[in-house]
Amino acid sequence: MNIRHAKTFLLGALALGFLVSVAASHFNSYWLFITYDIAINVILAVSLNLINGYTGQFSLGHAGFMAVGAYTAAVITNQFGDLNPFAAGAVFSGALLAGGALAAGAGLLVGIPTLRLRGDYLAIVTLGFGEIIRVIFQNMQGVGGARGLSVAHGWTDFFWAFGAAAAAVYVVAALVHSTYGRGFLAVRDDEVAASAMGINPVRYKVTAFVVGAFFAGVAGGLYAHSKQFITPGGFNFMQSVSIVVMVILGGMGNTVGVILAAVLLTLLPEFLRPIAEYRMILYSLLLVVLMLARPQGLFTFRKQGDAK
Amino acid sequence: MTELLQQLINGLALGSILALIALGYTMVYGILRFINFAHGDLFMLGAFAGFYISPAVAAVLPGPSLGSGLVVLGLAMLICAVLGVVIERVAYRPLRRRPKLTVLITAIGISLFLENTGQLVFGATPKKFPEIIPVYPVLKFGGLSITSSQLIVLGVTLLLLVALRHIVLKTRMGMAMRALAFNPEAAALMGINTDWIVSFTFGLGSALAAAAGILFAIVYPSIDPLMGILPGLKAFVAAVLGGIGNLPGAALGGILIGVTETLVAGYLSSTYRDAIAFGILIVILLVKPSGLLGKKEIEKV
Repeated sequence: MNIRHAKTFLLGALALGFLVSVAASHFNSYWLFITYDIAINVILAVSLNLINGYTGQFSLGHAGFMAVGAYTAAVITNQFGDLNPFAAGAVFSGALLAGGALAAGAGLLVGIPTLRLRGDYLAIVTLGFGEIIRVIFQNMQGVGGARGLSVAHGWTDFFWAFGAAAAAVYVVAALVHSTYGRGFLAVRDDEVAASAMGINPVRYKVTAFVVGAFFAGVAGGLYAHSKQFITPGGFNFMQSVSIVVMVILGGMGNTVGVILAAVLLTLLPEFLRPIAEYRMILYSLLLVVLMLARPQGLFTFRKQGDAK
Repeated sequence: MTELLQQLINGLALGSILALIALGYTMVYGILRFINFAHGDLFMLGAFAGFYISPAVAAVLPGPSLGSGLVVLGLAMLICAVLGVVIERVAYRPLRRRPKLTVLITAIGISLFLENTGQLVFGATPKKFPEIIPVYPVLKFGGLSITSSQLIVLGVTLLLLVALRHIVLKTRMGMAMRALAFNPEAAALMGINTDWIVSFTFGLGSALAAAAGILFAIVYPSIDPLMGILPGLKAFVAAVLGGIGNLPGAALGGILIGVTETLVAGYLSSTYRDAIAFGILIVILLVKPSGLLGKKEIEKV
């Protein structure tokens, strides 16, 4: 996806979001909620793609950032009673941004060990961070601990969900295709060569983590205000893995593919309800078979820059 | 004082189980330079193998006794060794020359596959592990109590560590393993059948994980298909703490993690016990990434 496509996508998604939110009362609310899930998963997958796909790091803790955003946004909006639509919009956008900002702070914290780690070690450390975040929320009695937290307002609607998804896609695409952003690909392809060319790998890795975590936090806020109930268990390792599966299925470093994969993997369980208990087995087999047969992902057809 | 001693003994039992798992991680890492994410699930499969074969063993050797317990242990180790070899052959070997990330993702996939298939086949609800050895307090002294199961955990671990040391240092197979860890290409040029050695390493590591699974189930007799995740991750941390690729380091790391975790759970807060290992991991990787006994690796361009 180049920058021109990204801009068209942004405008198109915003227009669609506006139209649908005007007409929302005419839609089946069950499917409407599924479209929110789609948008949230698109944000998560695209933001993880910046870290795992474009920058070549391997993060297994995306659900942790999502949890930070979800809890922050929920705690903020829970302070307010019923508001008129404009005040609600202002509070909600503030809460989402705050959730994103705190998650970005957590991303900065995780980004620091990436100064020294790569590959498998990094995967385990991010996994560890995700689990530590979950354990911390489990022990915070102020937000309900392991019992979970009710979210007073169901403010997530088509407009917010798709607006945020469009923004995430646009920012990631614009970032990666900017002159500055070429550095992400350079770090992925060959870190040593990149630093020999005057690119600071540490800065790019940390930037990727901070931006990725920010959008994961926003997605968490949307999730909290869509489900209206969050528990620490909802942000566990399995959640991180399902985001990773979206990125790998779509093709690492292929934004369009990752969006398609996020849509597909959100819709698939709805159609596979009768065999729901096989879903995770299917996911895991999908991972193994993809790695053996098509490591570039389902939706990547052109050979991407072939370095290592 | 007795409480501290009691905690130390409990920690030592847990730590030696972690040490057995950590050895499998470290052996595979030493040879193939990748983390076998599915290793913790072989620990789980070991416990379930014991669960399903112990009635058959009890029919031949009635009553919980040390002998029948060891037979169950041996059979479970054999089953998991075969499983480990099969997993390597089917999933990892075709990817030997691919980027490391590909192999890592495959390993995560295998791990999830084993966990979820386990939930379907064995059932997700925890099962009570049968009493395969007689459990009774051996020593009671004031508040201090040492059970026969704890002694067996320590004894079996010690035995397996000595056996492993013998295999690695005194046999031709072990020599080949060390050669492969040192330089795979040169080892292959010297006529070492690398595929065969890798299979052997996976079998050996999986057998140790199975033994850990049985010992864990003897001390904490409730088993479920997800029981391998946390011990697996903690054992990995133990392997990194000791210096990954280093066998004595893995054993030392396992015992240190087990004791620290038990002490923290006993004296500070039990709710944070699962976060301890990850905290240790992050500190180790920031302060001394090569681990306590590991050698520093220099990256060559």
